[in-house]
Parts: sequence; structure tokens; C-alpha cells
Amino acid sequence: MTEGTRQYRSWGRPDAALSRAFRPRWRDFELPGDEGRVLPFGNGRSYGDSCLNPGGSVIDMRGLDRFISFDTETGVLACEAGVLLDEILRVIVPRGWFLPVTPGTRFVTLGGAIANDVHGKNHHLAGSFGHHLRRFELLRSDGTRRICSADENADWFAATIGGLGLTGLITWAEIALKPVHGPAIETEVEQFTDLDRFLELSDAAHDDFEYTAAWIDSTRPDPGDMRGLFFRGNHAPAGTPAPAAPRPLPGPPFTPPFSMVPSLVVRPFNFLTYAKPRAPRGIAHYEPFFYPLDRVANWNRLFGRRGFFQHQSVVPRAVAREAVGALIGKVAGTNSGSTLSVLKVFGDATPRGLLSFPRPGVTLALDIPDRGARSLELMADLDRVVMEAGGAIYPAKDARMDPAVFRQGFPRWQEFETYRDPGFSSGFWRRVMEENL
Amino acid sequence: MTNVLIVGAASAIAEATARLFAEEGCRLFLVGRRAERLAVLCDDLKSRGAEQTASHELDMNDFEGHEAMLAAAENSIGPIDIAYIAHGTLPDQKACQDDVDLTLQEFRTNALSTIALLTRLANDFERRRTGTIAVITSVAGDRGRESNYVYGAAKAAVDSYLEGMRQRLHKSGVRVVTIKPGFVDTPMTAAFDKGLLWAKPDAVAQRIHRAITKGGDVIYVPAFWRLIMLVIRSIPRRIFKAIKL
Repeated sequence: MTEGTRQYRSWGRPDAALSRAFRPRWRDFELPGDEGRVLPFGNGRSYGDSCLNPGGSVIDMRGLDRFISFDTETGVLACEAGVLLDEILRVIVPRGWFLPVTPGTRFVTLGGAIANDVHGKNHHLAGSFGHHLRRFELLRSDGTRRICSADENADWFAATIGGLGLTGLITWAEIALKPVHGPAIETEVEQFTDLDRFLELSDAAHDDFEYTAAWIDSTRPDPGDMRGLFFRGNHAPAGTPAPAAPRPLPGPPFTPPFSMVPSLVVRPFNFLTYAKPRAPRGIAHYEPFFYPLDRVANWNRLFGRRGFFQHQSVVPRAVAREAVGALIGKVAGTNSGSTLSVLKVFGDATPRGLLSFPRPGVTLALDIPDRGARSLELMADLDRVVMEAGGAIYPAKDARMDPAVFRQGFPRWQEFETYRDPGFSSGFWRRVMEENL
Repeated sequence: MTNVLIVGAASAIAEATARLFAEEGCRLFLVGRRAERLAVLCDDLKSRGAEQTASHELDMNDFEGHEAMLAAAENSIGPIDIAYIAHGTLPDQKACQDDVDLTLQEFRTNALSTIALLTRLANDFERRRTGTIAVITSVAGDRGRESNYVYGAAKAAVDSYLEGMRQRLHKSGVRVVTIKPGFVDTPMTAAFDKGLLWAKPDAVAQRIHRAITKGGDVIYVPAFWRLIMLVIRSIPRRIFKAIKL
């Protein structure tokens, strides 16, 4: 099972973490003992250091990628934790089922989707991934295996959902799928020019559209004079023919030494995205609707050797207009604006995990090319706005938040610590727990 | 509906190929050494769309067990359309050099067990005048090399056997496919440092699946190994014997 020492990278950061690699192929394996430094690794789509374990051991879960059972009558699906959502979709969509919640990339593992309690465009109605999780097996470094669900080991269930892979290793999990008639999505898009309008559109779409999210041009600092596109959609009714999924595009075969997304192109790119003629209504295949970036293999390499950061925050609805306006104002002001900025109103579902990120409020995700100290200062500035608003920063996308920022956004971290496997750790966890070491 | 027999079903390459057969709705009969592993694979392949899955625990070095296994396969999924033979080990060359029994044992696993099974399969397929027999050998069989000639010799034996069998069965409309993988990143090769030449089992499986279902006699996977082996075979012997490969 040992594969020696390997380099592991996350999605946003160019620097590799060296870890001892273990790649189990069968569920009955035993965890390696490594003095408290073991971390499961899925497909490396977390952006920062939450999936990395420099100097420790990594359980590379992609070898555990089997289906265990799929009831095509009830839509209950059990899989090993290393199976990709992409593989699940390939199996379930032709048989009339869909993921109950999907993040913006289908190249994450089932285990990773649980460990980060991922959310999607349907959070306002469906909550996050954890809300559709029926049960899973948790393997701890003491060798015990627990079945966890809302009824059995409920406390371990809550700690592991959004638990960043630190409560033990999820070997398999069972989820409840949602029925669909096929791969077609009915889509609508509408332009908006201020934040209030975005909130209005979100409220108006709340009941009638299962999927909503907005793209905004982050180069425009005035929340009353924005450029945004509000996307909403539903699974199409029976008999709707879906267009074919677009062919994948080749991405950069290696990381270029410099960024292909220099600040010069950010403004025209944003303008063109906004101004590009679009039909107000259409039928799309689910792939371009949910996963536009998945079409370009290794798109993260476009940011060059320095890589990029993501800054995703959530702020309470009551202060959303001011806080989101302030965040966009700061990014636009620095001229190192974000190429792809996404806004979404979260629903009122109570988070199921102790460390779940999705919670009632408005979330804003920003890409920030790494320009060294300038970028770090900008993000620290953004953090201050989020903290004042009583919000939180998404650990799956973070590579640099201050321990205090993490603790304020995730006040149950101490309770979580009692569930963390003493044999497990990650680069992220050591960083945000720094003062405790 | 296609009935597929897979021997050595728990190997990474066989498993990746089996998934492609499952997605097509084939009936699959899996043979391997550990029943509990085969059960895991059956569950997976069934969920992926296999019309039917069944398994049979057998160490292929138990030649006596071959006949019963083939009977069980026919009983459970019906006459075999595709026989895909993928079992094998990667011998420790150094250890074999000091151990006659180990060398013979490895030869038994990697050559004789396959030849024993092929003898039965050839007659069966010839009688039915249909089907495809596909066998995984290795680029290592193309020329003996200091670093792994026990393995290479065993694979070369199977290669030659298949070459003759292909001529014989051609008349009966039975296809024989020789599959020669290069370096594939699997548990069998876990101990190696992986460089540019290494391929993933998924990519290898797609090419194997295409050769089995669409056509091809001797395929190298990935394809560039045909060129590499052409070069290695064409090195003059007086030079070849003096280099380290």
C-alpha cells in the first residue's frame, strides 16, 4: 500500500507538499501510524492547504473508487469515498437520478464533498451536501470503524460533515439522490446593475427556481453601478431533449512561468462576459450549467507559477448589502480584481456539521491572483469586513486566513477538537491552531 | 448481450477494463484468488450497469481447477463471448536468480497457468466458431533484459503461443488479441518511481477495450511502446549485451 514519498498539490497553490503516500485499494485496509499526522486526500480540488499534509502521511483515496450499491427505484447510492462525483453522474443520470447537491466542479471525491460539506446553486432550497447524507463509515486511527448517521453516532456524524477529513477516514458513504428526467436544464439569465437588484432577483427566484447564482464584474467598485448576470434554472421536464455536453477543451499541459491572466485582461474579460449576447432563456446540458470551468482541463495552471487564491466568504443577510458592497469595493479598488466572482444567497437550512461553512446569508467567491504581499494584504482587509459583518471564510478555499478569523467564523472549533482523530492533522489545521501548539 | 470472462479480475488493469464492459451492460464472470475482493468488484460492476455479475475464487496455478471454473462461468452467464486473461505477478528478478524454485514458480504463474487455460479456451472457442480471446502479456516479452528476464521469458512464451493460436483460430473466426502494456501505475508497480513513461490504468483500459471490441491483433498500451520496443529490439546484440537495461 505504501508508495513512498510523493508531492501533493492543492488546486490554487503552486507549491507542493511532500508527504508519505498510502494508496489503499480495498476497504478493509489499516491506517498507517504516523505520530498524529495522517490526512485523507481526495482529488486535490481544495484550493489551499486543507487537503495538504506537508511532512506527514497522506491516504490517497482515489484507489477506493467503487460503487457499493445503487437502488434505481429509491435513488439511494452507496460508494467508496474516493469515487468522483463525475463518475457518479455518469452512472446515475442515464437512469434518471442526479446529485442532490453539487459544487462547481464534478472532479471532487465523495469523501471530499462530505469533509467540506460542499454547497451548490440549490442551497436556498436543498441545503448543503451533508443534508443528503444518509450514513457513512468512519475509520479511526485506533482501528475502530463506526457507522455514523443522524440516528447512530450522531455526534460523530455532525463532527465529520465539514470536518475537513480530520475526524478519521470516511471509507464509504451513502447518499440520497434526486430524481430527474434527463440531463437537460432549463436556464434563464438576467442582467442586473446593483446589489439590491441582485437580492430582489434572488428572493423572487427562491421558490420557483431550484438553482440560482450570479456572476459579477469585480472591477466596478460602486454597488449601485455594477454589472452582474443572474442565472437561474430548473431540471427540465420529461421529454426535453438536452443538447450534447460540449467537448472538453485542452488546458495548459504544464504550468507556464507567468500568469496567463494578467491584470490587464481582467477588465475586458469581465466586460465581455457581461456584454456577450445571451438568450434570456434556454435549454442546457447540466455540464456547462453546473461545471463551466471543468471543460478546461487544469485551468488552474493559467495563473502561472505563482498560482492564485480564492476568497470565499459568507455574511448574514441583514448586513449583506453593506458587507458585500464593501468587499467588492476593496477588490475593485486594488486593480488586482477577480476574474470570476460569484454571488449566491444561501437558504435558511441549519448547518449539519460542527464546522460547516454554508449558513444563512450571502456568499461571495473571488479569485485572487497571487501578487505576493499585496494580495495577502487585500485578503486580510476582506477578512476584516467579513468579521465585522459576523461572517466566515470557507476553509476549503483558504490558504492564509488568520487563526483568529477561523475561530470567529467557526465558533464550535473547540467542540470539534474533541472529535478530531488524534492521529490526524493537516497543513490547514496546524496553521489555524498555531497558538495552541 | 456480451458474456465476458475476466481472469485476474482484481488486478488494477482488469478492474478498469471491467468497468467499461459493465457500462455496456455486459454479463461478467470474475475469477480471482480472494472471494471477498471479487464480491466488492461484483457490487461495483453491477451498479455501473453490468447486466449480471458472478465470481469464482481460484488460484490460476491450480490447473485442475480450470475446467470447473470454465463450467461455472458457462453455467452462470452462458457461453463466453470474450475471455480476458489478466492475472500475473511481477517477479523479483534478483531473488529468482538465487532460487530455482522461485523462478519456476513465477514461470508457472506468468506462463504455464495462462497456457493451460488457453489450451482449453482455444478448443472451446474453435468449436463454437466465435468470440475473442484477449491476453495481457508485456512489453518485457519483446526482448530479454537483465533487469527482468524471468518475467520477460514467461511473457514471451505466452506471446509465441498466442501468435500460433491466432493463425489456428483465424479460420474459425475467433479473434486473438495480445495486449502488451508498458509501465502502468498499479499496485503491482507500487515500488517504482513514476516518470513520464507511466500510464494510468483507466487510459490503458480504454485502449484495451477498444482493441477487444473493435479490432487489433497485437497492441501496445500506451501505443508509443511499439516504437520504444522497436528500438530496443533493433539494438545490435554485440551492443545490447554490454548495456544495462
